[in-house]
Order: sequence, then C-alpha cells, then structure tokens
Amino acid sequence: MSFQFTEEQIKRYSRHIILPEVGGKGQEKLLKSKVLVIGAGGLGSPSLYYLAAAGVGTIGIVDFDVVDFSNLQRQILHNTERVGTPKVESAKKTLEALNPDVNVVAYNTKIQKSNVMDIIKDYDVVLDGSDNFPTRFLVNDACYFLGKPLVSAAILRFEGQLTVFDYRDKQNSPCYRCLFPEPPPPGLVPSCQEAGLLGVVGGIMGTLQANEALKLILGIGEPLVGKLLVFDALTTEFNIVKLRKDKKCPLCGEEPKIKELIEYDQEGCEIRF
Amino acid sequence: MEFDKELDLKGEVCPFTFVKSKLMIEQMDLGQVLKVILDYKPSVENVPKSFQDEGQEVLEVKQVADNLWEVYVRKVK
Ligand SMILES: [Zn+2]
Repeated sequence: MSFQFTEEQIKRYSRHIILPEVGGKGQEKLLKSKVLVIGAGGLGSPSLYYLAAAGVGTIGIVDFDVVDFSNLQRQILHNTERVGTPKVESAKKTLEALNPDVNVVAYNTKIQKSNVMDIIKDYDVVLDGSDNFPTRFLVNDACYFLGKPLVSAAILRFEGQLTVFDYRDKQNSPCYRCLFPEPPPPGLVPSCQEAGLLGVVGGIMGTLQANEALKLILGIGEPLVGKLLVFDALTTEFNIVKLRKDKKCPLCGEEPKIKELIEYDQEGCEIRF
Repeated sequence: MEFDKELDLKGEVCPFTFVKSKLMIEQMDLGQVLKVILDYKPSVENVPKSFQDEGQEVLEVKQVADNLWEVYVRKVK
C-alpha cells in the first residue's frame, strides 16, 4: 500500500487521519467514494457541505429547481446573489470552492422513471433529501433494485426523521415501503400552511445523513439500519423507534407485488418534506 | 538501532509530525521499524504518546543533538 496524498491534502484531512478508525486508509476510501445526493435543499445543503469537506471524491447532486429567496432561510449552500440560478450549479460552485479534491457532478433534472436507474447505478451511497413523495418512492425503489444503501431523512415543522435502508443486505434491512407501502392520498399530503419548517432542523438532520454516509463508506460504527431516529427541535429530544421488516411489504416482502419502477403523480401544492 | 523506513520531519510541527508518521506506518508491514527525526520539542512527547495510544510499540526516543531527536516505532498492528 502506498498513499498519494499531497502536502495540502495531508493538512486538509489531518483531523481524519489522526482518528484510529479513519487514518490514511480511511481517507483514501473517502477520496475514492461516490455519493449521490437527491435534492440540493434544506437537507442536501448541510450533507453536501460536509461530504465535500470530508473529501468524498465524487459527489452527484440531483435537483431541477432554481434558487429562490424562500430557500435561503435554510439552504446554506446557496446565497442571495445566486437567486434565479439552478440549484445544482450554485451547489457545485460552493462545494468546489470548499474542496478542489471533489468532483461534483450536477444533474439539473427531475428524477424520473426514465433516468433514475442510470443516475444512481454508479454511486456507492445515496442520500435522499427530496421534498416530495413521488421522488422518494422512485429513489427508494431504484436503490432497492440496484442494491444501494439509502440514507433517508425528512423534515417538517420542528421535527426531523432519519433512517438507513441498507439494500446491500435486503434479507435483513427493512425498506421505505415497509413504513409507507404507498404514497399518501392527495388529501392527506400536508397543505402549504402546514408546511412550515424551522430551518435549523434541516441542518441537523442533513448533517446526520452525512454522518451515516461517512460511516457506510468507512465501514465503521453501526449504521442506523432498522431504526428510525426522530428529532424534536422544541424539546431537543432524540428518540429511536425500531423498524421491522414487513413480511407483507409490496417491495421487500415474501410475495412482492412491485417488480419494476412506478412513477406517481403529485397533485396540488407540493409539500416541503 | 536498525530501522526499515526513515522519516525526516525537521521543520514540521504538531499535529503534522504525528499525521505524517502515522501515514508512513500505515504503509509499512507488521514488525517493521520506523525512524522519525524531529526538531520540534513538543512533538518529541506527542508523537511517541500518540503511537502508544494507537497500540504501536515505541522502541526508543533519543536526543541526538541540541535540537534534534530520533523516535523509533515498531508497527505491531
Ligand atoms: Zn419493505
């Protein structure tokens, strides 16, 4: 084994290298790893920032939106000057300025049945920070079919949720559809007035997503598989609920009904989830 | 003392003296000995201590000149 770190890299990653659980070996793993983040918004901003700082060598970002003033209360990758420009471009600029070691791949597109497999297939880990159910189900099913670990987080009002679906081990890991077999009917999707959100909740949950991704890449600690972490910003409490694999799950159960990707429609006012 | 690799860290300070020594030892084989040359006094305590904390075997720390030290570490894990 021989490391190829430059002087600058030794300095940049010294706090990682010092850790016995990471070392030069772990840092090299990070530099060779590929992580895909769905959504450059409230969750994607902090997770992307930390993944880039950590030296994840290839970072893919999928988003089709442009930066809006209403994003800036929480989406810390972007800034006032960039209002009106594509989010993936703004994100790429910020991340490249932070760490030139990172190859940022921008997908300025909506995730669809027709492109999701192609986009995901070359990545080691996928982070879902999307804000709508059709994307969540599509990304989940694609990760399941491709056997990619999925770090999933959601935020609303003062609450955040986080879990890891490790589809490298489909026998033991529950899946997203064990929790939510189908998207909720349109009437049950929170309306705009209900879609308030304390910006910092995205910061906390997105940062935890990055933490799970780094653990998965380094193979250290225990990933949050089969457990749902629930954060309450008002009481500053974290609770962990055990998740069970559902034998009747339409995707990963004993008699799965879902054998291919499904594209759902989102009607009405999009929630920020 | 015999050694397999030598690392001249004159001019380097903490924590980079340890960071560079650690990177070197990670690339060596079990049982091999690393010689580290230091001219920064705090590192003369910190480098051996950090290696001990990591479970490596510190064989010797010796002053060889006014402001010059050598540390010998065997890779055991
Ligand atoms: Zn399932």
